[in-house]
Amino acid sequence: MIVAERKKIPDLIEIVKGHKKILVLGCGTCVTVCLAGGEREVGIMASALRMASRLAGRSLQVEELTIERQCDNVFIEQAAEAVERNDAMVSLGCGAGVQAVAERFQKKPVYAGLNTAFIGILEERGIWTEKCAACGDCVLHNYGGICPITRCAKRMLNGPCGGSREERCEVRPDLPCAWQLIYARLKDIGQLDKLRKITPPKNWGAALHGGLRTIVREDHRI
Amino acid sequence: MEQTVFEPRILAFCCHYCAYSSADLAGSMRIQYPPNVRIIRTPCTGRLETEYFIKALEGGADGVLIAGCLEGGCHFIEGNLCAKRRVNYVRDMLTEIGLEKDRLRMVNVSAAMARPLAETITDMVDTVRKLGPSPLALRIADCGLRIDQNPNINLKSQILNLKSKMETAS
Repeated sequence: MIVAERKKIPDLIEIVKGHKKILVLGCGTCVTVCLAGGEREVGIMASALRMASRLAGRSLQVEELTIERQCDNVFIEQAAEAVERNDAMVSLGCGAGVQAVAERFQKKPVYAGLNTAFIGILEERGIWTEKCAACGDCVLHNYGGICPITRCAKRMLNGPCGGSREERCEVRPDLPCAWQLIYARLKDIGQLDKLRKITPPKNWGAALHGGLRTIVREDHRI
Repeated sequence: MEQTVFEPRILAFCCHYCAYSSADLAGSMRIQYPPNVRIIRTPCTGRLETEYFIKALEGGADGVLIAGCLEGGCHFIEGNLCAKRRVNYVRDMLTEIGLEKDRLRMVNVSAAMARPLAETITDMVDTVRKLGPSPLALRIADCGLRIDQNPNINLKSQILNLKSKMETAS
């Protein structure tokens, strides 16, 4: 899922400066799961904005609404009336959600209330870690399902680098060495021979380095 | 005549297994504590969510006290430790908002600690008294409105009336 975290309240107060009525719009998908932009967080954020603006002597009305998914027009439509009632929106969706809402409501300013961080998973309660860099050319099949692009500090495709100490990364000692994990995993599944193959340099053209990416599925187009 | 002495209104979330019993014991032992606290019994402080503290302060509470079991003594193993983390999170958030973080405090007591609880409440009231009335509550006073303390008048209808008047005023 996409993982995000909330912006600081003073930053948001600065961002919405000049507006009298704002809508804090939550999203019920990824950002709800990562506890950044769901219905509860919308309530907390709206209260915080109301309190901060009152303390700063400014009048700010804040309405709260959470829709199922901000990156889908079918669901965005449900926010139309609330958007109409307000001067601007603070979207607690990911970067894609903010832009989808902005495209749908072209006359209303939309501001991001979150900093979208990465694609990751819930490691344990309250800890999310990055697992995928969305490089566009997945190599997980070669590495026992452990991504060297995301989890190796040096992004080595032909590791290990030799610098790890006691199975920890030399760059980030708080993290395990990805190549240690890859070795252990390949050993467990009996595919150690995969490490004999030298992997050529990766084509980064499929990643963001190659510009904006679009996927077209002709079989689904009408 | 206008009342000039500030009497803080403090909301106290008290765990059923310790602080609430402790407050009860304080009554049995005739131990005095300031009447500024309004106690809400909770099954465990681990039940308290971030938004409860934020909404209480937004609603004009001068202070919020969370009283849970001693660390290691939670009836539900670690509910009070969860509450501690949430309280710390909201205290940081209050700093961002611009409200004094000392308006929110967590304490740990056991069911037998009636006197320490009374002292803690007294200390909290003193702290909040020094901080002064919540600036968020002042806005209600600015509207020239107040909640009547007469118990014969329905409090809920008063609050609803107050809210509608505040909306009109803003």
